[in-house]
Amino acid sequence: MSQIDTHHDQDEIAHFGFWLYIMSDCLLFAALFATFVVLHDPAYAVHGIKEFIDLKFVFAETMFLLASSFTFGMAILSSYHHHTKKVMFWMIVTMVLGGCFVAMELYEFAHLIHEGNGPAVSGAMSSFFALVGTHGLHVSCGLIWMLVMLVQLAVFGVNSDVQRRLGYLSVFWTFLDIVWIFVFSVVYLMGAL
Amino acid sequence: MSNQHAVPTNQKTLKGYIKGVMLSLSLTVVAFLLVGLHICPQYQPFLSNVWVVAIVSGLAIIQLIVQVHYFLGLNRQEGKWDFSAFLFTIFVVFIVLIGSLWIMYSLNYNMMH
Repeated sequence: MSQIDTHHDQDEIAHFGFWLYIMSDCLLFAALFATFVVLHDPAYAVHGIKEFIDLKFVFAETMFLLASSFTFGMAILSSYHHHTKKVMFWMIVTMVLGGCFVAMELYEFAHLIHEGNGPAVSGAMSSFFALVGTHGLHVSCGLIWMLVMLVQLAVFGVNSDVQRRLGYLSVFWTFLDIVWIFVFSVVYLMGAL
Repeated sequence: MSNQHAVPTNQKTLKGYIKGVMLSLSLTVVAFLLVGLHICPQYQPFLSNVWVVAIVSGLAIIQLIVQVHYFLGLNRQEGKWDFSAFLFTIFVVFIVLIGSLWIMYSLNYNMMH
């Protein structure tokens, strides 16, 4: 009993540690947002960000990310019942949706650079690429993490370690969705005005 | 007994996820529609830009709360430390954002005048 309790306490401490990492990541994004808001002023930018914002495109990206949050939630629910196959299925769906999001973002970046609006053009573009790129990099890391979890699920099934790691990944993935709320609101919606 | 302990304390439910995703979806759609109509040349803008910025910020903050509540399951009772770390982070983020804007605005003002 006491051994189980100790184990349980350690799990809680580990969970808190991961939560603190997420909180520190919030600060990283806060700094990037502050930089963007200060530098994006159209009065000083050669090409305003307004010119290339396509709201429908961004809306589709947002839907992919929101849907992936939901499907990851389904994976977590399946893991409660130790349905390894179901967890893997929902995880693959999540990866496809997340992959679509990253692909759209890469397409947008490639398009911008091709049109001559690369990160070197102005402070506004630098901060845009830094903010949106850092978010995209996080999402890509999340996808790699999911791939690792898929392998673990295939090898170990849903045991308590795998369940704990899935819990961390779910916090990470939701965090990225929350950061994206502010990216589409501040960068795209306010940028389009 | 050990089986019970393997289950995380803040269990999520299908109902919670569906509620969370529905609320997030409606908040997102409202924000995009508002800005989409506002910049559409066929429609006469019915709000000033400042109002649109304020409403979009408000919707984003509501969606933050929705996702933290329904997707992360953060609450004051079960995760005391998580919750206080979260509040502290909001506090620091607020200082970083408002502080940067304030300093840069003031610098800009003093350079121009």
